[in-house]
Amino acid sequence: MSTGLRYKSKLATPEDKQDIDKQYVGFATLPNQVHRKSVKKGFDFTLMVAERINQTVEILKHTVDIEEKGVKLKLTIVDTPGFGDAVNNSECWKPITDYVDQQFEQYFRDESGLNRKNIQDNRVHCCLYFISPFGHGLRPVDVGFMKALHEKVNIVPLIAKADCLVPSEIRKLKERIREEIDKFGIHVYQFPECDSDEDEDFKQQDRELKESAPFAVIGSNTVVEAKGQRVRGRLYPWGIVEVENQAHCDFVKLRNMLIRTHMHDLKDVTCDVHYENYRAHCIQQMTSKLTQDSRMESPIPILPLPTPDVETEKLIRMKDEELRRMQEMLQKMKQQMQDQ
Amino acid sequence: MLLTGQSGLGKSTMVNTLFKSKAWQSNLPSLEVPIPQTLELHSVTHVIEEKGLKLKLTVTDTPGFGDQINNDKCWDPILSYINQQYEQYLQEELLITRQRHIPDTRVHCCVYFVPPTGHCLRPLDIEFLQRLCRTVNVVPVIARADSLTIEERDAFRNRIQQDMNTHCIDVYPQKCLDEDINDRILNSKIRKQIPFAVVGADREHLVNGRCVLGRKTKWGVIEVENVAHCEFLLLRDLLIRSHLQDLKDITHNVHYENYRVLRLNESHQLPRGPGWVNLAPASPGQLTSPGPGKASRKSYRDTKDDEC
Repeated sequence: MSTGLRYKSKLATPEDKQDIDKQYVGFATLPNQVHRKSVKKGFDFTLMVAERINQTVEILKHTVDIEEKGVKLKLTIVDTPGFGDAVNNSECWKPITDYVDQQFEQYFRDESGLNRKNIQDNRVHCCLYFISPFGHGLRPVDVGFMKALHEKVNIVPLIAKADCLVPSEIRKLKERIREEIDKFGIHVYQFPECDSDEDEDFKQQDRELKESAPFAVIGSNTVVEAKGQRVRGRLYPWGIVEVENQAHCDFVKLRNMLIRTHMHDLKDVTCDVHYENYRAHCIQQMTSKLTQDSRMESPIPILPLPTPDVETEKLIRMKDEELRRMQEMLQKMKQQMQDQ
Repeated sequence: MLLTGQSGLGKSTMVNTLFKSKAWQSNLPSLEVPIPQTLELHSVTHVIEEKGLKLKLTVTDTPGFGDQINNDKCWDPILSYINQQYEQYLQEELLITRQRHIPDTRVHCCVYFVPPTGHCLRPLDIEFLQRLCRTVNVVPVIARADSLTIEERDAFRNRIQQDMNTHCIDVYPQKCLDEDINDRILNSKIRKQIPFAVVGADREHLVNGRCVLGRKTKWGVIEVENVAHCEFLLLRDLLIRSHLQDLKDITHNVHYENYRVLRLNESHQLPRGPGWVNLAPASPGQLTSPGPGKASRKSYRDTKDDEC
């Protein structure tokens, strides 16, 4: 269901001010979250969605460059068709964990390399996990997947195809899923607490966001006419479901959370927690392998040896020279005094 | 009637929908509480009367399968149940002093609930259907069809029909059992519409002054008995109004006979002792995979299966 995340790219110069607000996705607020310098460089954000179609699990990448109010965003969506549809789904998440690890490994290599100015960050910042609305809660495959990935990536669970559920069913299912997530010890992405100096509106929004998790979403690629307006939705004989209507589903909440308010936090947690875990684990493995192999040389770019760089060495040599000259002078003076 | 399919597809709700359907004059009791997950097979039987004719309708709900990570052989319990009913009938039939009307608990129709992915049949569905079609009349339906628009439904239906052809899944009404040209015309129409896209509901809502069975969402009420909304009525009419007797005939003359032939062949391999007419208990392997032999509807000639 990557349809729900396709952003309208026609944001450049709308005539009507109302249109600006409607088409305003909201990631232009990012500069408020980070220092001005990073705005010029642009941002990279990678999203992964996990859902099921064919038998073998594939990994498909779609990248789109979006710009809003001068802020550029490179959004990469990784789709995983085939997940969980075979008769025997043991370890069907392996291609996905491998992919996430590969991105970490690539970044690790780049970070340890010589030219670090233009590292491309392809690490997965967020994983949207689509839970089937037809079950009675989480299925064993859901639990298996999330436990395999919760220490590697930020998992945001979603209830897919929410238009087949009536409001009371959605409520019950959300409660059930929340209980099961606790019960199985799954670490899904936690929304950070908002600062105490934020205004009441923001705090209220934040509370509502947390209470709506997991979000019940509907996706649509088609635009239909509802009440004289053209909206993104699904046309049924009994009515029209509007994707961006908050009374119909939580899509707007998800979009706001992902792009407007929490994108940077998702990236931070990926860098500071998941990637660091991976790196520490990797290094540990390498050092234990080294002691096993008992090799004499250490792989220089990878192990963080405290080798002084060129400038510092020069400085040290200069100081050494100075010291030596001073010592020589002192010796001479001593000699002179003795002679006298 | 046996309802089977993955868990959460609305089988239990369908039991109530079938009985609550406005066709029946009598008020049939049903569950008012939200239905918990079905953990074991259970049957609901009602005697329905219409124009002086009584119909004893038994609907058996099965626990959902296919939830585990490895779902190999998850079809065994269902196939066992069906074969057990055949076995029971067979034992009664072989008695020296038989009852005049052998109680018939055999499954005349198995409704298979396909999840509304909108794409195609999953490997699990294909495996299940292939095995089921050899043992019982199968009517596949698209479950919880309120998650698909009309276009999506039609596209899905076409793909399912293609998949069934590719994998030699012979659902009811079976092409090779059409007796004459009239049958063929009538059944062809039905074959084009299968699988029916159904929605189940056991609550009533007020719509334009009428009280209807349906699901109430924020954007409208899905009326179960409105053919513009879903095909529940087509399913109900097929199973109970138009093809009821045909389903029973095929079960008795084809599926049951196949089972019987298999069991008799099996038992003849054993030495004949004083009680040779009593069949040895069926071996587990036999119970789950009946042979390829097919008897035709009215006679015992072998018909050519020219589709696979």
